[in-house]
Amino acid sequence: MKISKEEVGHVAHLARLNFSEEEKETYTSQLNEILMYMDILNKIDTSDVAPMTHAISLTNALRDDVKRKSLGTDRALANAPEEAGDFFKVPRVID
Amino acid sequence: MDITRLTIHELTELLREGATTSIEITESVFKKIEAVEERVNAYITLTKDEAFKMAEKADKDIREGKAGALSGIPVAVKDNMCMKGVKTTCGSHILENFIPPYDATVVRKLKEAGAVITGKTNLDEFAMGSSTETSYFGVTRNPWDLERVPGGSSGGSAAAVASDECIAALGSDTGGSIRQPAAHCGVVGMKPTYGRISRYGLVAFASSLDQIGPITKDVEDCAIMMNGIAGYDANESTSVPEKVSDYRAFVSRDIEGWTVGIPKEYFIEGIDPEVLSSVNNAIKTMEALGAECREISLPHTEYCVAIYYIIAPSEASSNLARYDGVRYGFRQKGEEDLLDMYKTTRSSGFGAEVKRRIMIGTYALSSGYYDAYYKKASQVRMLLRNDFDEAFRTCDIILTPTTPTPAFTIGEKMDDPLQMYLSDIFTLSTNLAGVPGIVVPCGYTEGGLPIAVQFMASHFEEGKLIQAASAFEKNAGFARRRPEL
Repeated sequence: MKISKEEVGHVAHLARLNFSEEEKETYTSQLNEILMYMDILNKIDTSDVAPMTHAISLTNALRDDVKRKSLGTDRALANAPEEAGDFFKVPRVID
Repeated sequence: MDITRLTIHELTELLREGATTSIEITESVFKKIEAVEERVNAYITLTKDEAFKMAEKADKDIREGKAGALSGIPVAVKDNMCMKGVKTTCGSHILENFIPPYDATVVRKLKEAGAVITGKTNLDEFAMGSSTETSYFGVTRNPWDLERVPGGSSGGSAAAVASDECIAALGSDTGGSIRQPAAHCGVVGMKPTYGRISRYGLVAFASSLDQIGPITKDVEDCAIMMNGIAGYDANESTSVPEKVSDYRAFVSRDIEGWTVGIPKEYFIEGIDPEVLSSVNNAIKTMEALGAECREISLPHTEYCVAIYYIIAPSEASSNLARYDGVRYGFRQKGEEDLLDMYKTTRSSGFGAEVKRRIMIGTYALSSGYYDAYYKKASQVRMLLRNDFDEAFRTCDIILTPTTPTPAFTIGEKMDDPLQMYLSDIFTLSTNLAGVPGIVVPCGYTEGGLPIAVQFMASHFEEGKLIQAASAFEKNAGFARRRPEL
């Protein structure tokens, strides 16, 4: 087994997801099947291979530090489920 | 004459001659949508009012001699690309009411070229899927057989082009999401080189793999669309300042003397016999056109699915962290605090496949597992890319099947995620290596389902793909067939 039901619960917390017991069972079995399939990669020795991070060679894309027009508060807040003044409003964070 | 059946280049000719107007074309397209959409479900949102305004403007531009490359042509856009003021849902409950405040660069370019945007097309939720079945807005049906999937994730765009509910469309392709549905719907689809087209305004799925591209009725239209959308964009730091060719200039050139690589790893057991025989016929067609077809090896092919299903979900788990109920419209209140709101929002807002991929990705990136999964996959990815570099030292292009089978039936693979992932087996490699690929119809099954051949070329060689695909299309005899709806 690659991943236990308890670990699935832990990963769900990291991913900010809630699962019912039944969902945890399903995901545990599906994730195990999928992760087992990934073992195929261990057939290859990659000790001397650099990981590939991008499909093409890229250098940092920098622009001059000049002021540009931005979205503006009204438009940035237009999709907010809740707002207060110039801010996105969220539920209580600390007691 | 049903003008919705025509291509961009044919309609542009008629518009230029004054034989039709954009208003007339747009009316015909919306009539077609009215007639078939209930059965096909290609669109999530129609932008009819905006479309007629754009058509009116296009007609005026044409009259005044100010026509752009796409003036007056109805084009549909996959619903993971932002269009200012129009809902962009990504096929997800969590973005059901998200209205972007800006245009994606490709949408801006379509508008500037004079296109008439008909609406936003259906997709697998966040483009994660191979069948369009994971959309929150219901499955899209394959116009060739309504009991079958159109492929995915750009299934709405491919089905809309195949059923003439638009003249051309934009899709996005992370592991085959343009090419696999184009193949299943009997149309042309191209995934350009990574970095060729700006992704500014494309909702990110897997950032090292995502690319936007056209889905069209023929290869010439693909070239016209590429001319409209390719190029560097200062808003997108992974777009490449490489010169953009005039892709249309590659249409109708011959391929005499070309070397076509046929990778033996793509002709595996389990390929449907009708697919295999159509692809073998495609090889014969290329030979008849004067190309030399030669067996080659891409030795790391068997690892594609494993590499992809580590890298794509890992990047997705990071990209989708932003949907937390604060900024994008949807929030489901939790019982207590902020953390609870995040969890409740994400759990009710995302569908099962998206959650599955977030889980795989979060696990693969979590402490203690990073080296075993993400790093390992990235290393094998490098070996895979080297395979392609090696192959393109001797080959102009590579020819493969697009999918192991024709379109499967709705529901067939929904309970078995791994089987669904394996249906992408021939399209993942181009995204992982970053090279471009195009698919063109190369036959039909006895039951009338489309089959497509895939051509791949080296980085930034889209011109070669247009050249090969257009030569093939003109001689293979499968172009422009349409389903009876």
